[in-house]
Amino acid sequence: MDINAVRAGITVAALITFLCIVAWAWSSRRRADFEAASRLPLEEDDAASPRGEDGK
Amino acid sequence: MGEAQYNYKVVRQFAVMTVIWGIVGMLVGVVIAAQLAWPALNFDIPWLSYGRLRPLHTNAVIFAFGGSALFAASYYCVQRTSHVRLFGGRLAAFTFWGWQLVIVLAAITLPMGFTSAKEYAELEWPIDILIAVVWVSYAIVFFGTIATRKVKHIYVANWFFGAYILTIAILHIVNSAAVPVGLFKSYSAYAGVQDAMVQWWYGHNAVGFFLTAGFLGMMYYFIPKQAGRPVYSYRLSIVHFWALIFTYMWAGPHHLHYTALPDWAQSIGMVFSLILLAPSWGGMINGIMTLSGAWHKLRTDPILKFLIVSLSFYGMSTFEGPMMSIKTVNALSHYTDWTVGHVHSGALGWVAMISIGSIYYLLPRLFGRSEMHSVKAITLHFWITTIGIVLYIASMWIAGVMQGLMWRAVNEDGTLTYTFVESVKATYPYYVIRLAGGVLVLSGMVLMAWNMFRTIAAGKAVEGDIPPVAEGSGLEAPAHA
Repeated sequence: MDINAVRAGITVAALITFLCIVAWAWSSRRRADFEAASRLPLEEDDAASPRGEDGK
Repeated sequence: MGEAQYNYKVVRQFAVMTVIWGIVGMLVGVVIAAQLAWPALNFDIPWLSYGRLRPLHTNAVIFAFGGSALFAASYYCVQRTSHVRLFGGRLAAFTFWGWQLVIVLAAITLPMGFTSAKEYAELEWPIDILIAVVWVSYAIVFFGTIATRKVKHIYVANWFFGAYILTIAILHIVNSAAVPVGLFKSYSAYAGVQDAMVQWWYGHNAVGFFLTAGFLGMMYYFIPKQAGRPVYSYRLSIVHFWALIFTYMWAGPHHLHYTALPDWAQSIGMVFSLILLAPSWGGMINGIMTLSGAWHKLRTDPILKFLIVSLSFYGMSTFEGPMMSIKTVNALSHYTDWTVGHVHSGALGWVAMISIGSIYYLLPRLFGRSEMHSVKAITLHFWITTIGIVLYIASMWIAGVMQGLMWRAVNEDGTLTYTFVESVKATYPYYVIRLAGGVLVLSGMVLMAWNMFRTIAAGKAVEGDIPPVAEGSGLEAPAHA
């Protein structure tokens, strides 16, 4: 087979993969998981000086 | 300092060195900017010559300043969003000392004139091997932490950090392949136009994965933290992540327009660079909109100012970049100072500002303080930096477009209207304005160092406790763990 057919095939496969990722990301079933994941940085409290060591 | 605490020590080391290397790298930048205006400033000393200091400047700001900031941010983010102590304590310490050794070796060998002459990959082969070893260790520490995480999800910032770590390993190892002929001299494993294409495949992906994906990881952690709000759209963050991954790999040829590179490869580079506008702006909009409903915080919080304005510069430079990749625009811009202006709009506006904001966020937390020694000094730093960057990029835009127009101007009889040196002479005032902008940015970093050392002096090194995962939060450990 012509090497260029393989190259074209890979390009098309990459595009289809990307479109599948978009569809997956926008599916309503993912909403709850994304909601939970997006709260990850906010659920852990890293407030500076948690014990108020510097008296502020 | 057991397993119940986060490893803050290595984060602290990298955070402090970010500020130190920022000053060093930007000082070298100021020196070479002054040399362009007044060439006598090299004092006829070989190791002070522009050709040797320029790669020292780029390596210091990208890999020493930016690299240290990325190590600090990724190590902090991955531990805290995984609820587990950083994997491989000694290995993490090795990445710090190994990376510092790389930087010191670069600062010695580049002024001595040892170079492989590949832009942003100038270091000779023994140092390249050390970089590869440190980088693989970094990957083990980072992905080891992800693998041992105590929560179900891998937060999106860690996806960006992971992509940056993985891709830089591949780029560095492939592009640095060389045949050594001595301890300080090697020849590239590739020849001719293939060598040029490998170099710019590396070069532009270093922009895409080191200077973009890595710092987007920073953006996705520190903006939500500082704003106290979750990221605007989590699904947009996933889609623009994969769009960047699929697209950036192909953009390199735009550095080789109108060269010996086949025309079709140049056109592919241009088309993919234009496509890149969409995912780049997706990331920018996602970051800025995270602040929606909390815009008032921008008025009083100088750290948020740094973080959000960095995204404005990111948006500007990722609009400008695709425009400059269009072949007819590139015919005007290439080899002029417009390119230099574009790079600094990204490097100072985006990379440096998001790093500075993130380090200001980290320092009080790492040293047991509630805030930096002087918050007013952060505000002052912000304005000095912003004015400096605007002076820098505006002067380079004007200089670049002027140079491009002068070089292409022809008389009716077909002869060139201007000699090259006339364009150099016309650029002189803009070089002086650029120097002034650079001095402002550098003095902002010195102010930051003062603020940092006062904060450290008043505080003491602390470790963070690992909180238990709240039940029912949907963040329980994965079933297989």
